[in-house]
Amino acid sequence: MSFWKSLLGKSEPKRANLDALFSLPSAAITLQASLGFTPTGVGSVCFRAAEGAAFAGTRAEVTALLRADGTHVTEDTDEYGYTWLTDRHEPSDLTGLVTELHGVNSTLEAHGFGPGLLCSLVHFRDPAERRLALVYLYKQGTFYPFAPSGPQQRDNMLEIQVRDAIAGDLPIERELSRWLAVWGAPEL
Amino acid sequence: MASTRFIKDRGLTARMTLVMFLLGALFVGLIAILMAVAGSAGYTGLIPIIGIVGLGIAWFQWYNSDTVALKAMGARVVTPQQAPELHAMIDRLCAMADMPKPRVAVSDTDLPNAFATGRSPERSAICVTRGLMRRLTAEELEGVLAHELSHVAHRDVLVMTLASSAGIVASMLTSGARYGVIFGGNRRDNNSGAPFWLVVLLVSLVTYAVSFFLTRMLSRYRELCADRSAAFLTQKPSALASALTKITGDIAAIPNRDLRGAQSMNAFFITPAVSGISFKTLTSTHPSLEQRLQQLAEVATALGRPMDGGPGALGDGSVGPLR
Repeated sequence: MSFWKSLLGKSEPKRANLDALFSLPSAAITLQASLGFTPTGVGSVCFRAAEGAAFAGTRAEVTALLRADGTHVTEDTDEYGYTWLTDRHEPSDLTGLVTELHGVNSTLEAHGFGPGLLCSLVHFRDPAERRLALVYLYKQGTFYPFAPSGPQQRDNMLEIQVRDAIAGDLPIERELSRWLAVWGAPEL
Repeated sequence: MASTRFIKDRGLTARMTLVMFLLGALFVGLIAILMAVAGSAGYTGLIPIIGIVGLGIAWFQWYNSDTVALKAMGARVVTPQQAPELHAMIDRLCAMADMPKPRVAVSDTDLPNAFATGRSPERSAICVTRGLMRRLTAEELEGVLAHELSHVAHRDVLVMTLASSAGIVASMLTSGARYGVIFGGNRRDNNSGAPFWLVVLLVSLVTYAVSFFLTRMLSRYRELCADRSAAFLTQKPSALASALTKITGDIAAIPNRDLRGAQSMNAFFITPAVSGISFKTLTSTHPSLEQRLQQLAEVATALGRPMDGGPGALGDGSVGPLR
């Protein structure tokens, strides 16, 4: 049937399941137990800002929502033209961070800006100062690990280890070729 | 052979044993079929001789493997004075693995590579190229050396030579049978002549094809086994992983491209049509980088498990003598 749908131009994109974000705290516990990675309390949402008053309004609403609890929120635009909303919480308050990331994603989605959403990141670090982010791909509705070890270098073995560790907690992106890097993500 | 401290993986060992059994059965089957066919054509005495000659060639290859391989790579054996660091590293690894120290050779090639050869652990040699030593850090080099040392300890040269003996006999017969088909066809008085050589040609071709895939499969298992042993010996799977990533130069399945830069290309994403088994994975002598990294990641997770008890506490590994 999908053949006919794509032939007739009626194929539907995969629906993002934002509730998957709420599985992050349990995945974080698994990560800490198996690999020693703990959340740093930093997370971010990356999206393409649309032109016009409608988006400006939504953006103000989102930022106000994030700042409501007194946490420190920054907005950056990177060289690719994407906007990063970076949210900082106490490292112990992963649930709060995830709730706010979910809030940003769902607010943008509710106002019709879902197509502009790219990904959400939650940062981790281990005692040896290795950096790790779990990337939530909005378009696929899946997670994958990203562990930069240098300016343009990533630690593939660590990423595979992380995948094996948290496969039971999160929907993991199966296609390795989709594990695209996000170089220079704020604070990673 | 003295027991060494390399660690086995039961699943891998089982698969390896199965492939070796199949290769042995293939050899015996080839000889048996040929004898049956030859019996009806009156060549009975010929076939066991061909079998013995095939084994003899395999034995000769194995017996001279060290000198031949070193010569082919243009490598020369170095003394501890000429390459003190390399020798010191191998000394330590051999002491850790409790195995005799092989001869150490260096090849002046810039291609990053290393190999082990020799008929037994006592008469073996390890060769590394200058390109390898230049590109890798000390830790990564140690991982590669441990990989090669475990090839020596597992007697992989012997195993692979034995495994290829069915193929050797089959290829000998294929070329022999081609002449048989041509010349046998001239002898019109002997009616069974041409079909006999034709049958031999077909049987040996099929045997050769099957043994080709089986030996390649066995070779990939031995590589995985050596990776695993090396990771446990050096206790640093990540060093070997980064060495492999550097050496193979494969485009890793995990891309280095940026998500944001690739976004416009997403619609045209080409995913491999058959992701599991491609012809390349069937015929290559080494497992894919992805597979090797996957295994090293498992080793790393096993090593990092807080519950102590050593690798022996794992479900799939066991400490023990090699054979």
